[in-house]
Amino acid sequence: MHFEPDPADEIFRQEVRQFIRAHLPQDIARRARRGYHPERPDLERWTRILNQRGWAAPHWPTEYGGTGWSPLRRHIFQEELRAAHAPVIGQAAFELVGPVLYTFGNEQQKALYLPRILNADDFWCQGFSEPGAGSDLAALRTRAVRDGDHYLVNGHKLWTSEGHYADMMFALVRTNTEVKPQAGISFLLIDMRDPGISVRPILTLDEGHSVNEVFIDNVRVPVANLVGEEGKGWGYAKFLLGNERTMSAEVPHTKQDLALLKNIASRELRNGRPLLEDSLFRAKVAQLEIDLLALEFSVLRVLNLPENDPGLLPVASVLKMRGAELRQRVSELSVEALGDYGAAFYPDPEGHAQLAELVPPGPDYASGVVSKFLFRRATTIYGGANEVQRNIIAKSILGL
Amino acid sequence: MNFQLSDEQLMIRDSVRRFCESDYDFERRRVLQASAEGFSRAHWRTFAELGWLGIALPEAVGGFGGGVVDEAIVMEEFGRALVLEPYLSCVVYAAQAVLAAAGADRARGLLEPMIAGESVLALAHNEKAACGRVAWVETTAIPTADGFELNGDKIQVLGGAGADTLIVSARIAGAAGERAGISLFALDAACAGVSRRAYRLIDGSRVADIALRAVRVGADSQLGAPGAAFAALDFATNRALLALGAEALGGMERALWMTRDYLKTRKQYGVSLNTFQALQHRMADMLVELELTRSMLYQGFAALTQADPEQRRKGASALKVQIGRSGHFVTGNAVQLHGGIGVTDEYIVGHFFKRLTTAGLLFGNTDFHLQQFAEL
Repeated sequence: MHFEPDPADEIFRQEVRQFIRAHLPQDIARRARRGYHPERPDLERWTRILNQRGWAAPHWPTEYGGTGWSPLRRHIFQEELRAAHAPVIGQAAFELVGPVLYTFGNEQQKALYLPRILNADDFWCQGFSEPGAGSDLAALRTRAVRDGDHYLVNGHKLWTSEGHYADMMFALVRTNTEVKPQAGISFLLIDMRDPGISVRPILTLDEGHSVNEVFIDNVRVPVANLVGEEGKGWGYAKFLLGNERTMSAEVPHTKQDLALLKNIASRELRNGRPLLEDSLFRAKVAQLEIDLLALEFSVLRVLNLPENDPGLLPVASVLKMRGAELRQRVSELSVEALGDYGAAFYPDPEGHAQLAELVPPGPDYASGVVSKFLFRRATTIYGGANEVQRNIIAKSILGL
Repeated sequence: MNFQLSDEQLMIRDSVRRFCESDYDFERRRVLQASAEGFSRAHWRTFAELGWLGIALPEAVGGFGGGVVDEAIVMEEFGRALVLEPYLSCVVYAAQAVLAAAGADRARGLLEPMIAGESVLALAHNEKAACGRVAWVETTAIPTADGFELNGDKIQVLGGAGADTLIVSARIAGAAGERAGISLFALDAACAGVSRRAYRLIDGSRVADIALRAVRVGADSQLGAPGAAFAALDFATNRALLALGAEALGGMERALWMTRDYLKTRKQYGVSLNTFQALQHRMADMLVELELTRSMLYQGFAALTQADPEQRRKGASALKVQIGRSGHFVTGNAVQLHGGIGVTDEYIVGHFFKRLTTAGLLFGNTDFHLQQFAEL
């Protein structure tokens, strides 16, 4: 064990920083900086720029377009992206279905879908949750019945992020009702352009649109779109959600939010002095910074340990839970930093056009802060609610 | 002390609750929130007819002679239904400031039409640099031949978007932060030199930033003794904090019981969520916060009876800290325990979180009141 930084990593950081500075379009960064939900055209453009450099999916195996970077370098890459206000590109595709496809998919599926993900030709959404299946995902009821070389799929998916502009959905469907719930689930790739698919937007507390409910009505899905084996979907989903949990520590994101918070607090005045000089406020910022340091070194531990290390699971289990809480707390303090204008509703200046007359006169850096604060109430719910994370710790790690 | 509501007060509570249950369900509220004014003038007339607009004002100004508790009863029920009408800003904050500053004789001319529902008042007092400090007034009132000229900027004036009469605090002497030298002026919101920029807060309520540029008002628009309005503003702020506390309590209570019901119906893993002890304990903690908030509201009523203004202020600050902390805990967890449905805008529970977040920021945030309490 040693903690000396590797000078080559710092050179790498500079290389990444220069690339982003030279190639990230200003208008995309401006919109991402505000923190409203990104739109597809921005994500398409930025994904293709990264893909040209070979950096769209650094964490994938090199044979499928990955970079072969060490985990630490991938982390540095993410830090630089967030620091430059690059939008987060298609997580459903790059972080979730991509790894499932290259791990469990057949050669045809890999050859068809992976390059289209890398070049943002296809956008993906995740069809897991249902009205009766949230934390208890295995209770899902969307049914897929084999009919010759097709499955006939009927069901109802909920909380489908980016479903309104996705081309494809990777879905968990029930192919067998005779066995125990987990064993009857399969992993199916569904074309969102099928006329049997209808998408209803669900506005979240920030009044923004990123999640949807998706109705699947007599959609015929070719058997070629089954990933792996029928009835093994639950195992693939667990693999996928394991990846999601590591990703959802969101340290680079929170670092950036904290930097923004400090920037706001140095510009906002309280009693004639910068808010950041107020001892009570300063102490709260410091506490967040300390909590973030603990989380960051937890992420670094996870990134450093080999996959079979017995120390991995305990530390990995804190990432999602604590990362989600920290994102909320930073957003809460950011709203507080805005003073009275922290209570104002800020319509997305490049969305919500019909509300233009009600734009509040707060400072320009306020835009996005309040909407992020409201949307972040979801961080402790999605991807396995924090209550579920605690159950996992209690059962799998503590053996209770 | 007597902590029991009188028969008359129980009747008030029942009558407000009946109105909210029959006329203020969440779907209708959504329609109101999206409407041009963000509230219903028809509801406002109903409030006037039912006597709610003058419930805590003396008979000498056309009110019904009740007190702060009657007002709080109305506010608690309004909190349960997330009522959008500008009751807090007009009937409590502005009216109490007018009454305290001007005395009943002079106030009658402004409050009688307010109580009748014909005029809506807003107290244009808050300024950008105030951050909760009641004496922070930069706006100036310079004497002219026949009155005053007002100049300054007021921000986030509650109910300021829909008010027809503004009560403006301005300084005739001294510097911002000094208690002496502040006067209140009543003026028509349509006066030359007054410009309003309306917007909404995250809870859907409508506010306005108000710019005053060479606004000419007559000498008779000044309410009460020149330069002596601080005490009235201080009093009105305490009354507003109590009313806000009652409203917050109503919102927290409804969010809590709604969550209890949800846990009993929502099934996961083959059982309803209320069978999980971790969730039971969370709800128990929410109840503890709720009960302490009610106690703290009563503490605020008690503090208001004190002769010493510092003791009154201290009691109000303690209540404000409590609603900031407990409101966040109770409504944040109400959202959390609802899961996905809790973070949608189409379901009511998240709107309690929005309202309690807003309440935490109004009239000085939690940190401000914590520091004020520590210093008193």
